[in-house]
Amino acid sequence: MIRIDCPICGLRTETEFTYGADATVTRPAMDETATQPWVDYVFNRDNPRGWHLEYWHHVQGCRQWLVLERNTLTHEVGSCRLAREVDHEAS
Amino acid sequence: MTKYSALSVFLEGLRGNKSWSRAWRDPEPKAEYDVVIVGGGGHGLATAYYLAKEHGITNVAVVEKGWLGGGNTGRNTTIVRSNYMMPGNTLFYERSMKLWENLSQDLNFNVMISQRGQYNLCHSPGQMDAARRRGNVMRANGIDAELFDRAEVQQRLPYLDYSEHARFPIHGAIYQSRAGTARHDAVAWGFARGADQYGVDILQQREVTGYLYEGGKVVGVQTNKGDIKAGKVALCVAGHSGHLAQMAGLRLPIETHALQAFVTEPYKPLIDTVISFGAAHFYVSQSDKGGLVLGGDLDMYNSYAQRGGLPMVEHTLASAKALIPSLSRLKLLRHWAGVMDMSMDGSPFITKTPVDGLYLNGGWCYGGFKATPASGWCFAHTIAKDAPHEDNAEFTLDRFNRGYQIDEKGVGPQPNAH
Ligand SMILES: Cc1cc2nc3c(=O)[nH]c(=O)nc-3n(C[C@H](O)[C@H](O)[C@H](O)COP(=O)(O)OP(=O)(O)OC[C@H]3O[C@@H](n4cnc5c(N)ncnc54)[C@H](O)[C@@H]3O)c2cc1C
Ligand SMILES: [Zn+2]
Repeated sequence: MIRIDCPICGLRTETEFTYGADATVTRPAMDETATQPWVDYVFNRDNPRGWHLEYWHHVQGCRQWLVLERNTLTHEVGSCRLAREVDHEAS
Repeated sequence: MTKYSALSVFLEGLRGNKSWSRAWRDPEPKAEYDVVIVGGGGHGLATAYYLAKEHGITNVAVVEKGWLGGGNTGRNTTIVRSNYMMPGNTLFYERSMKLWENLSQDLNFNVMISQRGQYNLCHSPGQMDAARRRGNVMRANGIDAELFDRAEVQQRLPYLDYSEHARFPIHGAIYQSRAGTARHDAVAWGFARGADQYGVDILQQREVTGYLYEGGKVVGVQTNKGDIKAGKVALCVAGHSGHLAQMAGLRLPIETHALQAFVTEPYKPLIDTVISFGAAHFYVSQSDKGGLVLGGDLDMYNSYAQRGGLPMVEHTLASAKALIPSLSRLKLLRHWAGVMDMSMDGSPFITKTPVDGLYLNGGWCYGGFKATPASGWCFAHTIAKDAPHEDNAEFTLDRFNRGYQIDEKGVGPQPNAH
């Protein structure tokens, strides 16, 4: 059982959350007209064997979207932040 | 090499089974091969077999990091069927079904194909409509399919829950009578023995760690026990496709996810077919030893760990009990997980890649066991001719650029939803 340290609710078990997706892909600019950047965004993934940044939704808790650092080989869990703050830092 | 027959079994029995020859060699690698196949699961071994048998290419090595069939081949729930309806899938899986039907004879190895039939249950009028449409597409392509109403299903599978307390009422089922199961290990062993007889080298305990390049072209593999040169390098590494693609600088429309399976203590004969629940991801069959083989859904988050989480154990067993209440007191003997290459549309790749000299077979999701013979057959064709056969022509990477996803379930680019 994976346990996730939600910044709002504290340490909770995996069953309260829904897995979202890879949190490292970024959408191309809306005026991007080439196909490949959109294909890379929508379909292609790094799919790392090791540390992975991913979206989780605390759907049965505070209902916030989170960005969790998790190791796909060991299931070890790292940092967990609110997605809206991560996006804010990035922009 | 002994040819297996009733007579050879009888004579060996008289001699105390002491003079069987080994089924395949354990050779030292040559310095160079025409084709190096990475991954000694069913798909890799079948590819080697058909390269030799259909195309006369025998200077081939299969490089496996562990033991033959230790990946998903030996971890899957062995269901074999051809009930696909999207163009690009339908005829490919039917080719596989036809190869299965003659595989034991072809390989001279009993793969224990058991065409015990498979029911996909429907739990709403909408699901019945979808099943009718799927069945019609199958029949239009010459594949057998039957639609049963609730009364017929109840007569055939009396042990399902038809009470008014049933969590999901059963409206009917779509049935394929030629579907069934096969013995997973035997498939790997049979193809290995067949390929070895043609001179293919099977190299176990050898992990591919990178590629050899010449002017941007892949010309071999690096392994933990030394380099091997190759005219062509063909990946058949299932859940590890992303990892081996990354070593070549490729990003694939694939995520790796874990899927679990379960087997109960042996039980008297109860289920003589394969049953898939339509309301949750759950299916069940009974092995020849009597254990019920149960399968569930993905753990849902990306994973390369070959072990599953407890929430899916509960989900699978709750589904089992909702469908077949009499299972409630059976104990589980074992459960395990395999890591699968979940593609963005739920369909596979058998294709050349943008990297010269590198060929890809992957994206099988949780349905690649049934594909094993046709996958090897089509991949061998693609490698030998440098062009796909018409049955795998749609399994390219660029279908996503062209907008031609083959999405049987219609759920979009969400790998864990297929
Ligand atoms: C629990 C479960 C249930 C399933 N049920 C079904 C089912 O009922 N019906 C069905 O059709 N399909 C089913 N599947 C899917 C099916 O098992 C797979 O799609 C299929 O086995 C993939 O075929 P493969 O032979 O290529 O894979 P594998 O047997 O996994 O072979 C890949 C091989 O590559 C090797 N490898 C990886 N990396 C390297 C490297 N760097 N160097 C050398 N070798 C390497 C691995 O060790 C492995 O042996 C199920 C899967 C699971 C996990
Ligand atoms: Zn929370």
